[in-house]
Amino acid sequence: MNETALLKLLEKDARMNTCDLAAALNETEATVNNAIDGLTKEKVILGHHTLINWDKTNVDRVMALIEVSVMPEREFGYDRIAKLIYRYPEVDTMYLMSGKSEFIVTIYGKTMQEIAHFVGSKLACIEKVTGTCTLFVLKKYKGEGIIFEEEEEVKERLLVTP
Amino acid sequence: MRKEMMLSERVKQVKPSGIRKFFDLASETEGVISLGVGEPDFATPWHIREAAIYSISQGKTFYTANQGLFELRKEICRYLKQRFDLSYQPKENVIVTVGGSEAIDITMRAIINEGDEVIVLSPGYVAYEPSVVMAGGKPVIIELKADNQFKLTKEALAAAITAKTKAILLNFPSNPTGGVMTYEDYEPLVPIIQERGILVISDEIYAELSYDVKHCSPANFPQIKDQVLLISGFSKAFAMTGWRLGYVCGNEYLIKAMNKIHQYVIMSAPTAAQYGAIEGLRNGMDHVAEMRDSYFTRRNFIVNGFNKLGLITHMPQGAFYIFPCIKSTNLTSEAFCEALLADQKVACVPGTAFGEAGEGFIRVSYAYSIEEIKAALARIEQFLKNRGFL
Repeated sequence: MNETALLKLLEKDARMNTCDLAAALNETEATVNNAIDGLTKEKVILGHHTLINWDKTNVDRVMALIEVSVMPEREFGYDRIAKLIYRYPEVDTMYLMSGKSEFIVTIYGKTMQEIAHFVGSKLACIEKVTGTCTLFVLKKYKGEGIIFEEEEEVKERLLVTP
Repeated sequence: MRKEMMLSERVKQVKPSGIRKFFDLASETEGVISLGVGEPDFATPWHIREAAIYSISQGKTFYTANQGLFELRKEICRYLKQRFDLSYQPKENVIVTVGGSEAIDITMRAIINEGDEVIVLSPGYVAYEPSVVMAGGKPVIIELKADNQFKLTKEALAAAITAKTKAILLNFPSNPTGGVMTYEDYEPLVPIIQERGILVISDEIYAELSYDVKHCSPANFPQIKDQVLLISGFSKAFAMTGWRLGYVCGNEYLIKAMNKIHQYVIMSAPTAAQYGAIEGLRNGMDHVAEMRDSYFTRRNFIVNGFNKLGLITHMPQGAFYIFPCIKSTNLTSEAFCEALLADQKVACVPGTAFGEAGEGFIRVSYAYSIEEIKAALARIEQFLKNRGFL
C-alpha cells in the first residue's frame, strides 16, 4: 500500500470516497480503509477541512498573524509556554520559528478590536511572554495551495489531438 | 493548371490523419467530455513560464545557434546522464528541434534514400508512417500484439528486416498503447540490430512517464549506441506542448548531417522556449515527479474503471494512454467511437487511427482529472447498458 499516494489524494480532495481511492491506488477498499484507520490512529491524518473564502460571505472575519516573543524555560524549552498559548480556541495555527520572535500565531476574530482584546488581555499576559507584534491580514491571496481571487486559467486544449 | 498537377506524388500518397475526423465530429458536438487528447492537462510550471518571460524582457529575442543554445544542450546532456545513464556531448551529439516532430522529420530526411525501408510499429503514433513516406522511404509495418503488452519481439523484428531496411522507428513508452520496453525486453533485439546494421530511431518523448518500471533506451546498449538516434523533448514531461521544443541525440556524423537540414529549414528553435527549457531541466524535476505521480493514480483509476465495465484493458507501464479492447461489443473501433460520441458525448480515438493493428481497440487518454475521468466512465457505462453490452 502506497501511503504517500493515498495521503496526496486525500490532501487534494478529502471527499474522495473509498471506492475511488481504491481504484486510483489499485488496491481493495478494505486495504484503503485499514490504511486510513492506521494513519488516523498514528495522527498522520488529523482532520478534514474545507477551504473557504470567507471574504465572499457575509460573515465578519478578521485574521491576524501575531509574533510572540517569549523566554524559554529550563527543562521545558518552549513547549510548556506554547501549550499555554495554543490551548486558547482563538488560536488557529501556531509555529515555533527561527528569527527575532519565537512563535508565530494565527488568530481569527470577528473584528480587529476582538483580536486586540485577546492579545492584550490574554496572550501578552502569559508569564514568560515578553512581547507581541500583531499583523492584521488585509487580503488573502492564496491558501493551502489554492489561489483565492485569480480567475482560473482557461485551458485551451483541443478536444482531440494525436 | 490542373489541381492534381499541383501536388507531388509523395504528398498524394500520404493519407489524412484518422484523428482529424474525430476532432471534427467532437468539435461539432455540444457538451463533450473528451478522453481524446494527447497532451498533458497541466499548464507549464510557473517557474518555466517566468524564465521564458524574463528572457524576453531581457531582450533575448534573437536566433540562437542552429543546434540550440549551448547552455541548453549542456543541460540536456547532464539530464540524460543523470536520469538515464546516457552519455552525449553538447557540441557533437545534440540538436535542439521544434518539437520531437521536427527531429523525426530531419532524421528521416537525413537517412532515407528513395525506396529504403523503415520499420514502423503498429499501432503507432500517427506521424511516423507519413514521415517515412515524405522522405521517400517505404514503411514496413510490424504489428504489435495486445497479449504481449504491445512489445516488440526479436522474431517480429528479424522477420521484418530485408536487404533494403535502413532503420526501425521505436516509441516506448508508446502512444497509443502505453506499452514499454524494459532492458530485458531490448536485450534479445540488440544482436539483430547490430548484425543487420540498421539504425534505430527511438522516440522517447514519454520516458519520464514510466511508472512501475525503469525507462530503458536502446542507446543504453553500448554495442548499438552509435546506431541509435534518440528523440525526446519537453512537451510531455514538462507540460510544454505548445512551446514546440524537442531534441535529437546521436553520433556526430549523423547529427552533423541532420543539422544541415535543420539549419536550412528551421534556423533555430524558438529562443524563449529554449530559456524556459533550461529552467525546467535545472529546477523542474520535482514538478515532473509530481505530474508523474498524478498520472500514476489516474492510470490505476481509469484501468480499473474500464475493466469493471468489461472492456479488457491491460495496465500500461508508461505514457498517459490506455488501449482498451472493445472486441466484445462486435463493433469496429471507428463505429464504437462514433456511437459513443453520438450517444453519450464522450470522445475517444479509434485504435485504427494508429494503424490497422489498432482495430478492436480504442485509445483513451488519462491526461484528465479523476473527476473528469469519473464522469466519462459513468457515461461510457450508460452507453454500454443502452447498447446491451452490459
